[in-house]
Amino acid sequence: MRPTAARTTTPLSLLVAAALTLAAGSLTACGSGSGSDPDTVRISFKQSTDNSIKVMDTYLADIKKQFEKANPGKKAELVPIKAPDSEYYTKVQQMLRSPKTAPDLVYEDTFLINSDITSGYLRPLDSYLAKWPDWNRFIDTAKTAAKAEDGKTYGVPDGTDTRGLWFDKGIFAKAGLPADWQPKTWDEVLDAARTIKEKVPDVTPLNVYTGKPVGEGATMQGFEMLLYGTGSEGAPDPLYDASSKKWIAGSQAFKDALTFVETVYKEKLGPDVSDALDPNIGTRVRGELLPQGKLGINLDGSWLPQDWLPGSGHEWPEWSTKLGLAAMPTQTGQAPGKVSMSGGWTWAIPSKASNPDLAFEFIRTMQTKANAQKWYVANSGIAVREDVAADPAYVAAQPGIKFFTDLVASTHYRPAYPAYPKVSTAIQEAMEGVTTGDASVEEAASAYDEALKSATGDQVVEKP
Amino acid sequence: MRATGRSLSRTLTRALPVTPAVILLLLFLAGPIAYCAYIAFTDLQLTGQAESSFVGFENFRTAFKDEAFLNAVWLTLVFTVLSSLIGQNTLGLALAALMQRASKPVRTLVGGIVITAWVLPEVVAGFLLYAFFRREGTLNAILDWLHLPSQNWLFTLPILAVSFANVWRGTAFSMLVYSAALNEIPKEITEAAEVDGAGGWRRLWHITLPMIRRSIGTNLMLNTLQTLSVFGLIWVMTRGGPGNRSQTLPLFMYEQAFQKSMIGYGTAVALLLLVVGSLFSVVYMRLLRTEV
Repeated sequence: MRPTAARTTTPLSLLVAAALTLAAGSLTACGSGSGSDPDTVRISFKQSTDNSIKVMDTYLADIKKQFEKANPGKKAELVPIKAPDSEYYTKVQQMLRSPKTAPDLVYEDTFLINSDITSGYLRPLDSYLAKWPDWNRFIDTAKTAAKAEDGKTYGVPDGTDTRGLWFDKGIFAKAGLPADWQPKTWDEVLDAARTIKEKVPDVTPLNVYTGKPVGEGATMQGFEMLLYGTGSEGAPDPLYDASSKKWIAGSQAFKDALTFVETVYKEKLGPDVSDALDPNIGTRVRGELLPQGKLGINLDGSWLPQDWLPGSGHEWPEWSTKLGLAAMPTQTGQAPGKVSMSGGWTWAIPSKASNPDLAFEFIRTMQTKANAQKWYVANSGIAVREDVAADPAYVAAQPGIKFFTDLVASTHYRPAYPAYPKVSTAIQEAMEGVTTGDASVEEAASAYDEALKSATGDQVVEKP
Repeated sequence: MRATGRSLSRTLTRALPVTPAVILLLLFLAGPIAYCAYIAFTDLQLTGQAESSFVGFENFRTAFKDEAFLNAVWLTLVFTVLSSLIGQNTLGLALAALMQRASKPVRTLVGGIVITAWVLPEVVAGFLLYAFFRREGTLNAILDWLHLPSQNWLFTLPILAVSFANVWRGTAFSMLVYSAALNEIPKEITEAAEVDGAGGWRRLWHITLPMIRRSIGTNLMLNTLQTLSVFGLIWVMTRGGPGNRSQTLPLFMYEQAFQKSMIGYGTAVALLLLVVGSLFSVVYMRLLRTEV
């Protein structure tokens, strides 16, 4: 009996040892993530969910080549994250929590950056920026885009955007609407949509992004484009009261904006509700509905042509003759008559990055004037560098850029405080409620007021 | 003294083979669970928070006051009863019973098809059924061809659509379990009942069901627990929408934890889901224990 036991112990202990070694081995393998190589800078960015769109991939591959050539022995590793917006943010935040997964450079939406700064995910760039002459080329509003409440700057913006109405001239002609359409009030927008619905029945008259599946796009391209057009010129922010530092609940403006969304979907002027609440609606609008002439009016961002540029995968050079542009009007035509929202993305360095110096070097490579200009043109961005904005080649490179740059004069910025992402979700829920018809405007607005309390930690003020 | 020492060393020697497994289990199973339970009592957020703090039962209190949570619990129960208890379980038994009578080619063919649905990865199955139910999808094409009114269940009755999807995907498992169980019923008993003049329904009720009672219990338990935690299928088909009309607990949990960044609250919901699962298990365990 004993010898048998002894004989079995030996292979067993071997097995145990092997198992432990294996476990230890795999654990340390996790630990020595690629982030710890001092010569490699890892760059995380959002890859389009449309497989044929490679705008950012192409641009970054080019910068990578330049960077590796200028810095012999150094390498840039691109870490694309292929996801819709909201899932991209979640993934990035999880990566930023640990030094093992944190990239050295991350592409951050300005609406989220304050929230992520509060979480301590990003590091201030002031010491780098002070030694970087090109920083003075950035326009002032852009410099403040990633400035936190502590006065430090956490990101380098790579462009901004504005928003307006895109309309299909072909559909407009069939419906008997003017080719130089410029609505003065919300009602005129709705009337045009009603006319299209009546005269050109097989197209979607008007797209307004809505609901949680679309995410921040619904809040900004949809709701805020309406909400910020409810006040008169110079009116205070309708979402956030700067003097009391509290979020605004119970406003009539909020209900008016919701009513507009409700009207669009109740009267079936918008896409079918199940399509509107599909997370890929944005991709479909750009890739199918507009190019195929199936959408009359689209309330959307200035960046749409990036999907139609040569080399983008969905080439549609004729867009500039097929589509017209109009500014989104204010509610009743009150001054200044039009409204736009601006946001944008920045490049930021995580606080748990292992090679921050190299990461900033990569930012510098991206932001030489030539590269910055290349990017603005490639992604249909609005320049935030005065030297690029003044370059005639930039203005000439894309039709529509003048229209959207002019909108900067009447644009608004989101109150991108740390609570903003949660406020935005609450707005999307209210929109979704009136879109599906599950909630009336009153019900959705009061549900928003409730959600606002928990989203902001009770920092709420009633302003009817 | 010597005896105890020897028996201790013998116990240790005997324990040796299981040690690696125990260590791995503690490290990778118990560890995360304990960490998860801890987080459920904090207000940890994914973003917008400098420091997280211990908040006691606050998350659980919030949950029970949260209409969206109660809605998710209700939908979870509907989804489980519809797709697991009624759908997978009953249909699985029916298929198994029918296949016993069927000819070999039919058996092979039906078995093959049903199992294919089960073998498909969850996401693929979800996408297939999404394409099936979509407004311009297969089902409506068929309905059109038959001149029947078309449906838009993904929008109008999403919980029914996802329940159907889960039945489609999960029935094979029940079918396999019941096929095995039915084969175990001795022929003599069935034949004896037949000779005594028992009809099909009486044989089912008085012979078949009592004899496969244990399999029913096991199958119900596995089905239910699996159905309670279905995420990918619903996520692909509806994302819990429109509104929150198909938002079962796993989707609610995901939304709170990752879309609204409230990891603490989401984790608390996860623990509550665990409680729902154990309640079901307790009921089934009872069912397994009672003798007829």
